[in-house]
Amino acid sequence: MADEQVKAMTADIETPVFERTAFTRPKPLREATVAIVTSASLHHPDDDDFAPGDTGYRVLSAARRDYVMGHWSPNFDTTGFAVDINTVFPIDRLDELAARGVIGSVATEHLAYAGNQFDLSAVRLDSGPAGAKQLLAQGVDVVLLTPV
Amino acid sequence: MSTLAHVFEAEGLATIALGSQRNQIANTAPPRGLWCDFPLGRPLGRPGDAEFQHRVLADAFALLDAGGPVFETFEESIEDDGTEIMACPLPPRHDPDAHPAVDEARGLRPAYDRAVARYGNRVGAGRVVDADHIVEAIEAFVRVADGTHWKEAAIPGIPARVAQDVRGYYETAALGLADHVPGAWAGTRWFFDHTEGGNTVLAAREAMRVAEVKHAVWFYMAPGDR
Repeated sequence: MADEQVKAMTADIETPVFERTAFTRPKPLREATVAIVTSASLHHPDDDDFAPGDTGYRVLSAARRDYVMGHWSPNFDTTGFAVDINTVFPIDRLDELAARGVIGSVATEHLAYAGNQFDLSAVRLDSGPAGAKQLLAQGVDVVLLTPV
Repeated sequence: MSTLAHVFEAEGLATIALGSQRNQIANTAPPRGLWCDFPLGRPLGRPGDAEFQHRVLADAFALLDAGGPVFETFEESIEDDGTEIMACPLPPRHDPDAHPAVDEARGLRPAYDRAVARYGNRVGAGRVVDADHIVEAIEAFVRVADGTHWKEAAIPGIPARVAQDVRGYYETAALGLADHVPGAWAGTRWFFDHTEGGNTVLAAREAMRVAEVKHAVWFYMAPGDR
């Protein structure tokens, strides 16, 4: 078993096609508020775990570090995240970039979705726009998207 | 992930999508995509290596300078050649009357607790079966492997989720036994190829496959290449 074999299993999964690529020009990075959005199904222990086919999202507080991986797929390595959350959710790295003035600030709330979705219509039409609005409401300018 | 990039961008957020699967990120074509040829589960590359993670982030944020959609490749790859296996000493048999997997799981508990104390319980047991009941989960899989129908074996939850808890228990215990950060999949290979617990999960899965249980019920008990 090797990473290459696991990747080969999913390499040809049909991906959604967007006829138009939306493009937002950000403010300068040194002035921007940055959030992380991950598809790793992270959540806090006191929040609901992700159900199979869960197209919703969980809010991750930047003030905490008790992130738990609730992903249903067995098809990725989890030990990297187990020893260092930044392998998937680089919150400490963003704090360091903010302290150096590279980015303006780190969002107080970040989001996690479940990446193992075969039907993305609910994400495209419902939970995706809702998550974006929640980030915009707290002044987020730039989103870093991390998969597993 | 790249789908969310399109959605967020349309709502007025600037996004950068990292991707470990080249086909997936290239075909979905997010507004700003950085393909990082890293093992699945490690989108920032190297756990515990802040300098490396900052290099990834620097390349990612540099995409914000582009005037239109852009797709780049991170300059360095991290390869998993499928050979690294965590070298973890397994506990000696303690109770000769117990199933070897049950005896083994009990013996790993101190290592599991050490790892949780050090790192927290981020991927270990607890989705449906906590560490105190992992032995009961293994005993249920032993019954399935021995021919009991999975619905009558008292599996304490959806089989795939229970199997994840058993794997998480073992891989977390392995972190308590190892003296280094493992390479990607090294803990998974150790679990499935070198432990009685992993062997039991695979045996139960195979018994369910042979019994023509619905594919989705047994398939996700282990990585799909198994």
